[in-house]
Amino acid sequence: MSVEHHSHGNGHGHSQEGHGHHELSFWRKYVFSVDHKVIGIQYGVTALVFLFFGFTLMMLMRWQLAYPGQPLPVIGKLLGETAMPGGVMAPEFYNQLGAMHGTIMVFLGVVPLAVGGFGNFVVPLQIGAPDMAFPRLNMASYWVFLPGCILMILSFLAPGGAAQSGWTSYPPLSDIAPTGQTLWLLSMVLIITSSLLGSINFIVTIVQLRAKGLSYWRLPFFVHAQLVTAFLLLLAFPPLEAASLLQLMDRVAGTSFFLPSGLVISGEQLKVAGGGNPLLWQHLFWFLAHPEVYVLILPAMGIVAEVIANNTRKPIWGYRLLVYSVVFLGFMSFVVWAHHMFMTGMGTTMSTFFQTTTMIISIPSVVILTCFIMSLYGGNIRFTAPMLFATAFLPMFAIGGLTGLPLGLTASDIYLHDTFYVIGHFHYVVAPGTLFALFAGVYYWYPKATGKRMNEALGKVHFWLSFVCMQFIFMPMFFQGMAGLSRRLYDPTVYAHGRGVQALNVVISLGAWGLGLSQIPFIVNFFMSLKSGVRVAENPWNATTLEWAAPSPPGHGNFLTEPVVYREPYEYSVPGKATDYSPQFQAEG
Amino acid sequence: MSETAIPWMVKPHPVTGIPNGKFGIWLFLASEVMLFGALFSSYVLIRTAAPHWPPGTDQLSSEILNVPLGTFNTAVLITSSITMVLAWASCKMGNLSRFKMWMGATVLLAVVFLVVKYFEYADKFHHDHFPSHDNFFAIYFVLTGLHGLHIVGGIIVNTYLLTAGSKMWNTDPEHFTNRVENAGLYWHFVDLVWIFLFPSLYLL
Amino acid sequence: MTEQAHAHSQSPEEFKKHLGKYYVVFVALLCLTAITVAVSYLRLNRPLAIAVALVIASVKAGLVAAVFMHLIDEKKVIYAVLILTALFFALVLGLPSLTTFEHHAGMPGT
Repeated sequence: MSVEHHSHGNGHGHSQEGHGHHELSFWRKYVFSVDHKVIGIQYGVTALVFLFFGFTLMMLMRWQLAYPGQPLPVIGKLLGETAMPGGVMAPEFYNQLGAMHGTIMVFLGVVPLAVGGFGNFVVPLQIGAPDMAFPRLNMASYWVFLPGCILMILSFLAPGGAAQSGWTSYPPLSDIAPTGQTLWLLSMVLIITSSLLGSINFIVTIVQLRAKGLSYWRLPFFVHAQLVTAFLLLLAFPPLEAASLLQLMDRVAGTSFFLPSGLVISGEQLKVAGGGNPLLWQHLFWFLAHPEVYVLILPAMGIVAEVIANNTRKPIWGYRLLVYSVVFLGFMSFVVWAHHMFMTGMGTTMSTFFQTTTMIISIPSVVILTCFIMSLYGGNIRFTAPMLFATAFLPMFAIGGLTGLPLGLTASDIYLHDTFYVIGHFHYVVAPGTLFALFAGVYYWYPKATGKRMNEALGKVHFWLSFVCMQFIFMPMFFQGMAGLSRRLYDPTVYAHGRGVQALNVVISLGAWGLGLSQIPFIVNFFMSLKSGVRVAENPWNATTLEWAAPSPPGHGNFLTEPVVYREPYEYSVPGKATDYSPQFQAEG
Repeated sequence: MSETAIPWMVKPHPVTGIPNGKFGIWLFLASEVMLFGALFSSYVLIRTAAPHWPPGTDQLSSEILNVPLGTFNTAVLITSSITMVLAWASCKMGNLSRFKMWMGATVLLAVVFLVVKYFEYADKFHHDHFPSHDNFFAIYFVLTGLHGLHIVGGIIVNTYLLTAGSKMWNTDPEHFTNRVENAGLYWHFVDLVWIFLFPSLYLL
Repeated sequence: MTEQAHAHSQSPEEFKKHLGKYYVVFVALLCLTAITVAVSYLRLNRPLAIAVALVIASVKAGLVAAVFMHLIDEKKVIYAVLILTALFFALVLGLPSLTTFEHHAGMPGT
């Protein structure tokens, strides 16, 4: 696939001699590629694998929660005597599963798929660029990320097992935890570094490499969302990298950054200098981790915008409002973090400050959701597989967002903090929220990436099964939380209030296993369509944004002729036009 | 399929006025500000909570750490910043051999800095003052250690530009000059961090 | 018009004239270093010592940033990024201590 492209007035900076058509080796083409599309697929596939792996960890946990102390048939023996003595889950293993489920889903699954996968693949195409600004840096990002992932998974084999102090790794517990925690920290350093390099690439690309005619106000909302996300990653991750370094020092070099004086563990005074502060970790961790949850949701909102506009055959309602909201949201996300720390003994002044900022941040979220809902009104809706997922995102995100309010208010948070209510809240946002949007993205952009359609019927089955299971899993958790059931609890039945909601644990677990099975149509569809899916041309969805001008799949350099942008991103159903869509890249007439 | 030509790699973008690399390096420095900012925040939190500082001793920071050596190192880094600027200026003035002289001086001064730090660390270890000794030493070693790693990174980049990287001067001097400028931005930042580290750790 | 824009079309001789400011800043930095060390021997009280040291360090940093890093001539987009960063830097530096030491700060309700 040879490509012609005009240089944009730059000197030929590459030391490559012109644009020779020499073929790259297998390794340079598919493994150590600098092409954003290849790297996007690498991230995407890796992330999907880890999403399934992380989900499997949860499916194991759900056995213990549904049937505490019962041996797990077949699988129990396979996992060995340390993890599952006599087939019964050991508490330490339960904790490992919990910590690693969270870590893997967030850092090895959702963000790499949303940003590394979709961001890398789609953004340069949507802005009419030949690639990212720094292709080799992009390759480096992935190849720093992958070792981080492998190290993270290998930590299960460390003596004492994987990290088991929650994905939040609070000291003092994490400071004294087994070796797996050190490996967790080292993995995080690699993954964070990868993310920082990537975020630099995204920002420079979006600002500098937009095609002719593509002003900021003509960018697809997906690109705005990715730009804000990149800034969140750039500026919020370093404090966690710093904190990880400090925790590594505590664990490996015997420092006391997070260890207070006089700490007694198992009846013995800890032999360290002391003088440290466990809350320091919490501040540095949540300084990242709160913006991180917006990293989880923003690309999803971007995908939803694209899919809804395309499948309602209408422009997105309130485009400018959406852009202002997402920028404001990104900014506010830096000043709310201590709402995760209401129970740490902060005084009322600072608690009130964080409560106030938290309430304020709900406003742009509601605005964004409202714009999306308004976008449906009066639309000529096609309920394709991606559209089903994108539409379902709306009420799911609403539930997730609304249930966040009692957590953001200090008074109610006193009761609900660290209960299953919290788990219900954030899973509604990330699971039938972000994950659904990501599925929508897969179904929507799969034709662009592969040149084949995914099977619609299987997609609909995947959607409905997943949607129903999600409700059975996460809705009961609110009730468990309101009953006072703590999270990260190995055996809920030790407490009377736990026993009172134990029946719900069976429902949830069945839902979780059902959700696992519901992914089979997706996995089958994904691979089957690669082989025998219906072939498509450049624009199978009759969409308006720039990526649909490129071939499916695009070749090296992406576009056959230099793209020029003539109009706004969502010119659907423009009165007086022959077709119900006017692509950005099509000249008048 | 060869590598794609990326616009604005060398020439400045018509609207933003900068080439991609310069933008990229400033964004990287922004993230570094947050990294060291978080560490300074940790220093503030731990130090203000301590009954007295340095903890567990009557000595002052300036009595535990070697102020003359620290001052010398500060001067070394400041000098390496001017040599770095002059290296870039030599590129702008089209003089490759001058560039190599000044860049060589920058790398040499950086190595001197590390050598001095080696002696400082060795002296501390000799007196059994490891990071685990107390939070004063923990903070000292982490902050100067991470800073030192950044110096090493700078040495690697600058040495590359001095040697293999300088071949680019023959094919694309403007691109090479940009690279030197970007490396310089990183290097000045490393100097900048030390400008705050030195009084915070040694003098206060 | 910035020095950089000029620089593309300047001759080496012209460019040399702009080097003066780098030498001036270099000397200033060394002097300020000497001053900050000298002041430390005065053993000022803690808050004053911190304030003086940070002010001097900020001036030095400002000189490095403005002159060596060419920030004084830099484009708007870089300023925008740096202002945003400065804001978040202030947050990460200040807020954790503020939450932990509210009672020192004499805030009500603590």
